[in-house]
Amino acid sequence: MAVSGAAAPAQLPDAGVLAEVALSADEYRLAVRRLERAPSEVELGVIGALWSEHCGYKTSKPLLGRLPTRGPGVLQGPGENAGAVDIGEGLAVVFKIESHNHPSAIEPYQGAATGVGGILRDVFTMGARPVALLDSLRFGPHDEPRQRWLCDGVVAGIGGYGNCIGVPTVGGEIYFDDSYRHNCLVNAMCVGVIEHSRLTRASAAGPGNPVLLVGADTGRDGIHGATFASVELDESSEERRPAVQVGNPFLEKCLMEACLELAGDPRVVAVQDLGAAGLASSTAELAHRGGCGIEVDVAQVSRRERGMTAYEVMLSESQERMLLVVQAGAEDAVRAVFDRWDLHSDIVGRITDTARLVVRDGDAVVCDLPLEMLIDEVPLRHPASRPPAATPALLAHDPLAERPPWPAGEALLRLLGSPNIGSRRPIFRRYDHQVGDDTVIAPGADAALLRIKETSLALALTTDGNARYGVLDPRRGAAIAVAEAARNLSALGAEPVAVTNCLNFGNPEKPEVFWQLQQAVEGMSEACEALGTPVVSGNVSLYNDTTGVSIDPTPVIGMVGRLEDARRHVRAALAAPGDSVALVGPIAAELGGSEYQRLAHAVNAGPRPELDLGLEARVQALVRAAVAAGLLHSAHDCAEGGLAVALAESAILGGLGCRLELAEAEASGPPSQGAGILFGESQSRFVISYSGESALQLAQLAQEHRVPFRVLGTVGGDRIVIGQIVDVSLADARTAYDDALTGPATATVGHG
Amino acid sequence: MRFGIAVFPGTWSDRDCAHAVGLDGHQAVMLWHKDRELHGVDCVILPGGFSYGDYLRCGAVARFAPLMESVADFARRGGLVWGICNGFQILCEAHLLPGALLRNASLQFRCAPAWLRVDTTESPFTASCRVGDVLQIPVSHGEGRYVADQATLDQLEREERVLFRYTRPDGGPVGAASPNGSLRDIAGIVNHDGNVLGMMPHPERACEPLLGSADGMRLFRSVARSMEREGTAAGVG
Repeated sequence: MAVSGAAAPAQLPDAGVLAEVALSADEYRLAVRRLERAPSEVELGVIGALWSEHCGYKTSKPLLGRLPTRGPGVLQGPGENAGAVDIGEGLAVVFKIESHNHPSAIEPYQGAATGVGGILRDVFTMGARPVALLDSLRFGPHDEPRQRWLCDGVVAGIGGYGNCIGVPTVGGEIYFDDSYRHNCLVNAMCVGVIEHSRLTRASAAGPGNPVLLVGADTGRDGIHGATFASVELDESSEERRPAVQVGNPFLEKCLMEACLELAGDPRVVAVQDLGAAGLASSTAELAHRGGCGIEVDVAQVSRRERGMTAYEVMLSESQERMLLVVQAGAEDAVRAVFDRWDLHSDIVGRITDTARLVVRDGDAVVCDLPLEMLIDEVPLRHPASRPPAATPALLAHDPLAERPPWPAGEALLRLLGSPNIGSRRPIFRRYDHQVGDDTVIAPGADAALLRIKETSLALALTTDGNARYGVLDPRRGAAIAVAEAARNLSALGAEPVAVTNCLNFGNPEKPEVFWQLQQAVEGMSEACEALGTPVVSGNVSLYNDTTGVSIDPTPVIGMVGRLEDARRHVRAALAAPGDSVALVGPIAAELGGSEYQRLAHAVNAGPRPELDLGLEARVQALVRAAVAAGLLHSAHDCAEGGLAVALAESAILGGLGCRLELAEAEASGPPSQGAGILFGESQSRFVISYSGESALQLAQLAQEHRVPFRVLGTVGGDRIVIGQIVDVSLADARTAYDDALTGPATATVGHG
Repeated sequence: MRFGIAVFPGTWSDRDCAHAVGLDGHQAVMLWHKDRELHGVDCVILPGGFSYGDYLRCGAVARFAPLMESVADFARRGGLVWGICNGFQILCEAHLLPGALLRNASLQFRCAPAWLRVDTTESPFTASCRVGDVLQIPVSHGEGRYVADQATLDQLEREERVLFRYTRPDGGPVGAASPNGSLRDIAGIVNHDGNVLGMMPHPERACEPLLGSADGMRLFRSVARSMEREGTAAGVG
């Protein structure tokens, strides 16, 4: 078939043209060899998009094979729009996390809003009704006005989309660190629930079946979004604001309801949402998954503006669009469902048996490419790998030798007032976290808990990630992210089930960054295997660099857990005066990578916390067993700020003080020994409370699980007292905690 | 009993309301915005959401929906109409209730627990409550600051048409803790005849102890009991 617009094969296009589609000269030559001709303009755009890191994973693919993706309950692993896992009673949970970092760095409101819109589509494309959203956010220092502006815009965008569409935002996390000053991170996770029988795949079938494009008209917005996400940001990035799309949550709400009406309908063969690289990637992936070909005519696509070229129509990332393959003859019936929701639909093409993507513009063929080449033959990059030269010096640092700047009580208040620890209420109160009528535990706890109506079941949901450990040891850092996510779920009593991940890293063409990525995937895999939580979906966000500086390695874990009986859960809050307080897990003095170290010494150095995955699994099993047996009144995992902060948080949340003894914190040792015991972020630990009559059973249970169990003291009073070294009033602790995110911006270094 | 639940494009509390209604075995009948038929329901709920996206003033487009003609007619004949959140906004836009709902004083969306003091029980919506009861019912809105002119506010108070006010958990004045800065802390009002209620908080989200509060159920039960006693439905259905 003759393709119009093809250049002469020998000639290498202008460097500007290749840069626009983010292809190297070698990759271009490879395409020419494969096609035995030069690609047309449209073809070049399609190849660039599908071979981008964002769509084609050309750098990360060789690594991702390491992740464990199978498990007894896995119904759908990576490769579809989202992963799906059996949760019993004929139901599946469908979920995925995805980044929208670069758009949010340029235009925070719309960048975040469309990130939410995109991840919602991934879930309802599979037929599942979205029941929850979570967000993992990273910004530069909280006291800088520009970072506040970014954060405020992102939070407003998440709320603007989620609140309008009526899916609750139930959790997530937020951290502020220098590393993200020029490259914020916005990762959005969506969770849906569906009967197995209605699970819809994005796999085309039946040559001759028509292809329906539904929802928004196609405009010039977001062209090259996929390639934009696959290059570094620089001073000119602001000019790429047109590459950021604009969201319309109302349209998506209608699209969602119409698609859910059709979920499980045999007349609908396949559904694929339009995300990165728009029609180019959605048509190609849809057809290729089903071993078919596809032919579309851009002239049939309704446009938002006049004069759009075939190239622009294929690469537009206009939001709120969906592609459906429908049984031949059922077009009118399916379109009637969309009509009822006042949604526009066009028949834009048909499925073929050619295994090719053919694009017409009326009579002219403007693209004719083998799908194998676009998807299976993505030229992989194997960058050099090398640990950062500075790492050995960082690890050699001894944090316990530092002289603590504050007495322990003051340090505790400062930690509670840190923007990385204090109350997230100023953020989550801007999100509707209840719509859907399922939210049992709202944001602000270790994890969110949602009951599933008409069953006894509940889902526990969390996201987690800590880049500070990753700087010191990316492998351990990633493993800790998995362990802590699981710990968040176990703290409620829920069994961790499966994982979705978002790998946020710098430019992988730098050997140090690629090494971090390799290490992180290894650590994540080890932890997922040890804890029995396969990775069923995910996203890779590389090139998080601005003017050559990479972010710290930030693997983010989204984890879903299952609770057999929604009523059988505990919260982090201390519950009753007179209860005993205990620590489950080890006592150690580890300050490397801790929030305390950042506040007290403004460094991130020294050995990162140890992690024994066997112990981690046993500690979590113990807590779940204790919750199931009804032995606990509260459980809270120890994370940033360590044991003392976990205790204080439980006290603040419960409005009850506690009186505890911790001799190790007062024992003689190196200068920061006490701080290490109190504020070190040792892993595999929970703070629990329980009534006296459960004490014996708990101690036995701990012994059976071979887990250290240490009674610390009792609940009561209006002060938090730890031996002779901490004595703060509950009121002061609460004020510090509540005001952490609402204090005035102090720094004046505005623009960066 | 049969509760009709309006579904505009962009409505999202419809399914929550249907669930709440079903908890006591009542029937939920979904009413599509393009239809005029009310299917003989006993009470019409206008639920929360962003009807038609609410890109204009909240509720400003929904008031023109074909369904709203029937709802207005139903209300005029004494039928119970219950606007929750976006439904309250729609009722104000449709002039079935006085006043307006402006952007929250914080200029931000607020989703949080709220406490409502019941100021009158001379209403089918609060018949199962006692005056002074404090109900824990959450709010979730960006534009819930109730305003009206002085004369209207005085009239509402005089005629005991303020059903709910935001308070502290102990029933004391809400002060700066108001979720939206409503004048006179008004959370819910009825029309002159008492058969049309608009309220910003979401009682359908407070019907089960598992979700933190079952106080909202008392309003659904009030409506059900009133209907059984009065048999209003027969007159207007």
